[in-house]
Amino acid sequence: MAVLVIAEHDNSSLKSSTLNTITAAKKLSDDIHLFILGSNIDELTNKSKDIHLLSKIIKCDNEKLKNFLPELSAPLISNLAENYSHILAPASTFGKNLLPRVSALLDITQISDVIDIVSNDTFVRPIYAGNAISQVQTNQKINLLTIRPTSFEKSEDSGGNASIEETPFVDTDLKTIFINREVSKSDRPELGNARIVVSGGRGLENSDNFKLLYELADKLNAAVGASRAAVDSGYIGNEYQVGQTGKMVAPELYIAIGISGAIQHLAGMKESKVIVAINKDLEAPIFNVADYGLSSDLFQAIPEIIKELDLLNQIES
Amino acid sequence: MKVLVAVKRVVDYKVQIRVKSDNSGVETQNVKMSVNPPDENAIEEAVKLKEQGLASETVAVSIGDEKSQDVLRTSMAMGIDKSILLKTQNTLEPLAVAKTLMKLIEKEKPDLVLMGKQAIDDDSNQTGQILSALLNWPQGCFISNLKIEGNKVSISREIDEGIENLETSLPAVLTCDLRLNTPRFASLPNIMKAKKKPLDIIDIDSLGIDTTPRIKTLKVIEPPKRKAGVMVSDVKELVKKLKYEAKVI
Repeated sequence: MAVLVIAEHDNSSLKSSTLNTITAAKKLSDDIHLFILGSNIDELTNKSKDIHLLSKIIKCDNEKLKNFLPELSAPLISNLAENYSHILAPASTFGKNLLPRVSALLDITQISDVIDIVSNDTFVRPIYAGNAISQVQTNQKINLLTIRPTSFEKSEDSGGNASIEETPFVDTDLKTIFINREVSKSDRPELGNARIVVSGGRGLENSDNFKLLYELADKLNAAVGASRAAVDSGYIGNEYQVGQTGKMVAPELYIAIGISGAIQHLAGMKESKVIVAINKDLEAPIFNVADYGLSSDLFQAIPEIIKELDLLNQIES
Repeated sequence: MKVLVAVKRVVDYKVQIRVKSDNSGVETQNVKMSVNPPDENAIEEAVKLKEQGLASETVAVSIGDEKSQDVLRTSMAMGIDKSILLKTQNTLEPLAVAKTLMKLIEKEKPDLVLMGKQAIDDDSNQTGQILSALLNWPQGCFISNLKIEGNKVSISREIDEGIENLETSLPAVLTCDLRLNTPRFASLPNIMKAKKKPLDIIDIDSLGIDTTPRIKTLKVIEPPKRKAGVMVSDVKELVKKLKYEAKVI
């Protein structure tokens, strides 16, 4: 049977989480359909045709779908559900906001935050902030899964030739009005799929000092992250929070600066390939997961690292 | 306006959990239990609405065994007026939790339902969304700001890209993020007072809902441990290691 993937996008391009979710779908079926719900999405749909693993794109294009309100999208998804053995969405705030409503409409229990697919009915997901890993099985007629993007590679976005089908928009009586989205603009890589993440915690002491961190991040072409403590203190916006209740990241290099390493923070970054911890406090739990630890004052360490990186670049050029 | 707050009893967030040796689950016996942290934000918000004169009554509800009374007492010590325990020995999946809450909502008739955005034990992040869909009430998830004027509800939601602002109306289901407010500590006099506040216990079986699990846990294991790392003596050594040993820069 075919598998349906719900696309996360901004009406002009797909989020990389969609490509990770398509890779997960490949473990379930060779017949993968991508459902794109949005507004003015002709161009997006045409571009998405090229995704290697897709056999079909289903689009629903309506002005009202512009802001992805889940009350409108969920019934459109559940209307298509009977044709599919599995419906997948990324476990991003987009997917988390949406897929449980489909669960309600279909009377199917959803499995959240899947990190591995053992077979068509058996899935692996972290619980307790990743301090335990649970393997679960279900025999429901449709499987609803949110997929943790960092656990699956991105699928190739070229080489494919999917067919395009349109499904009509069906309106839902909606009491919610979209006002706006406050999105911080940045030229840095996206936190969720950056190769390097430089993350700051309470040790940075204020938002002004985060500039030091930005400088280091730019030197490394890295994304910036933060601990909950730093976000709560207003040093940086919520979209940068890494951890159990923030974003999950798994870059090749994660540099934690002035972060003590609470369980909840580790939950969001301990799958990183190489972890560096820089902290004054030798007892900080972040050192327990670090591949390289440096016990040092970060206000000295960061400028020194920048200097060393400049030196390296000079040698190479 | 009547406000209903859903509260879950979970292993305290500071506890380093242990996986049971038979791999059937996580050890919860003789472990410190507390109110699920984002549920505390929901409690705090409800109490604030009462203090501001916007809420006429606040009710906390929990689903669980006898012991879940303690999180309801905590809720009332923080200022919730009364509470209800829907008693069961079973662990309910989010869909079953939402169906159970819906039954209670039909009886209690709140105008606003608040709960945490996720429980820190099973990390599902589903119940509020399911409940909103079942009730056909507006959904506001992961909120970090709430303003209610008359029937109008203005919320800010924390999303991956930043903040999303929505306007909707009562009745509504809202799930709370940790930055919505700072939950108060219950003072000793308030803890004493909470002991006298009403706590009803309803057997979940009397509600006539099918709460049979749809998902079977095959095994629960510990996550793979990371290899022990090394301490470097200075920045020079660190950068060298990253460049030539780990080869990540």
